[in-house]
Amino acid sequence: MLKDITLGQYFPGDTPAHRLDPRTKILLVVLYIAALFTAKSFLTYGLMALVLAACVRISKVGLKALVKGLKPVLFIIVFTGILNLFFTPGENELWAWGPFHVTDTGIQNAAFMVLRIMLLIMGTFLMTYTTSPISLTDGLERLLNGLKRFHVPVHELTMIMSIALRFIPTLIEETDKIMSAQKARGADFESGNLIEKARALVPILVPLFISAFRRADELATAMECRCYHGGEGRTKLHVLKYEGRDYVALALGALILAGVISLRVLGL
Amino acid sequence: MNDMIQTESLRFAYPADEGQKPVYALRGVDLEIEKGSFVVVLGHNGSGKSTLAKTFNAVLLPAGGKVYVEGMDTLDQELLLAIRQRVGMVFQNPDNQIVANVVEEDVAFAPENLGVPTEEIRKRVDAALKAVGMDEFVTHAPHLLSGGQKQRIAIAGVIAMEPACIVLDEATAMLDPIGRREVLTTVHRLNKEKGITVILITHHMNEAEAADRVVVMDDGRVDLDGTPQEVFSQVTRLRRLGLTVPDTVDLLDRLRLDGWDVPLDALSVEDCAAAVAGALK
Repeated sequence: MLKDITLGQYFPGDTPAHRLDPRTKILLVVLYIAALFTAKSFLTYGLMALVLAACVRISKVGLKALVKGLKPVLFIIVFTGILNLFFTPGENELWAWGPFHVTDTGIQNAAFMVLRIMLLIMGTFLMTYTTSPISLTDGLERLLNGLKRFHVPVHELTMIMSIALRFIPTLIEETDKIMSAQKARGADFESGNLIEKARALVPILVPLFISAFRRADELATAMECRCYHGGEGRTKLHVLKYEGRDYVALALGALILAGVISLRVLGL
Repeated sequence: MNDMIQTESLRFAYPADEGQKPVYALRGVDLEIEKGSFVVVLGHNGSGKSTLAKTFNAVLLPAGGKVYVEGMDTLDQELLLAIRQRVGMVFQNPDNQIVANVVEEDVAFAPENLGVPTEEIRKRVDAALKAVGMDEFVTHAPHLLSGGQKQRIAIAGVIAMEPACIVLDEATAMLDPIGRREVLTTVHRLNKEKGITVILITHHMNEAEAADRVVVMDDGRVDLDGTPQEVFSQVTRLRRLGLTVPDTVDLLDRLRLDGWDVPLDALSVEDCAAAVAGALK
């Protein structure tokens, strides 16, 4: 069950989507989100879906993996859909029962909301699927570099992020081990109601936390032994460099956003 | 100056609970470790051997006495990075010293910290991975490697700093016999081919056989110090310190107790066999 966690999962590959500079991809996602929130009609949503489909095609990431990413947020999607469907006031009431009203604007809003969340999540997941965690944090550090002037600890934050990503598989492995050890002593994680299940997690979490703290302590010493002294004066094995394709991709992204904005202004 | 590391009446105490007297983990250690040598530090749990190792690159600072690394005083804050660059440290748990989730990025960590230029980092990473025989694994994820391989990555990460000395603080303790052999062959090769001083902290007696020098710690002091032959022939003394002697020496010692005339300093299996064969003639 722990193997299902897709957070930060990366599908290695050598497509144009993989080769783009991580900064470009982060910026493209920002443009994409902006466009999604500007979209207000079936035409523009259709356009965005097409853009996403094209990106998925280029990246060669299976559609299955993307849809799988939607699973954890399924509840939110259904919830916002229902909320919009039944509680949007409108002139053309189609159906009513007590506090529930279904109106034509309600149906439209619900459809837009569901589409928006789905496109949003699939788009951001596409980025994490095609970018290795290390280059993602690298890109983030470089993009946010300007914030250092305002005393934002950019290097420290991205360091924390990359170490957290590095330790996810290690801690998952450890959780599996602890669970097996507890099961061998008769612990029961599967049966019982929600409270009983939650209580059964305590004997897993306590040793996990203790070992995580010990790991953190040892890692800090090991990092110091390898001359780590913060971000100052650090160089990089891989230096990020914008290539021609990055400019093309960014121009395309900007063009699409501009297109969506003008369609909205035109009332389409 | 021919000493890699020199300690002068080195004392160290871990902070004690309030109202308690501090317990000294090191109580007056005088050691000189020669450049290019392969030194094994032995001792049972709590003998102070790991504490001693951590004073060698200023992870722990002496509470009394001095530690010099190539003449640099570890108490001097200004020299901290220079000292840590000269003396690399490999720890027990390989998982807790690997920083990145790609092998090459992890090996590059130390040179990146030192501000080495990008092209030079690339060269150092490739050379370090080659030196530990892991050059096929450049873009692998470390958590999918075996314990011995991870520990070799950790050694590569240290070599990339181009240190003069590597301290292995029980770096073989968590490994299976195969992994242990991988790590030992690697450090022996680094010692021979690159002239890197190796200080191996361990409680596995047989890891000391091929060393130039063996130092036995007990209760925060150096108890025995000499060549493996000299140290391991002190069978009764080692047993009193709670250490087991290598199987070869154990056999020869028993034979001697039964009145056979065999030497006690035949450490390797071949030498031991020859000694026994000689006695049988």
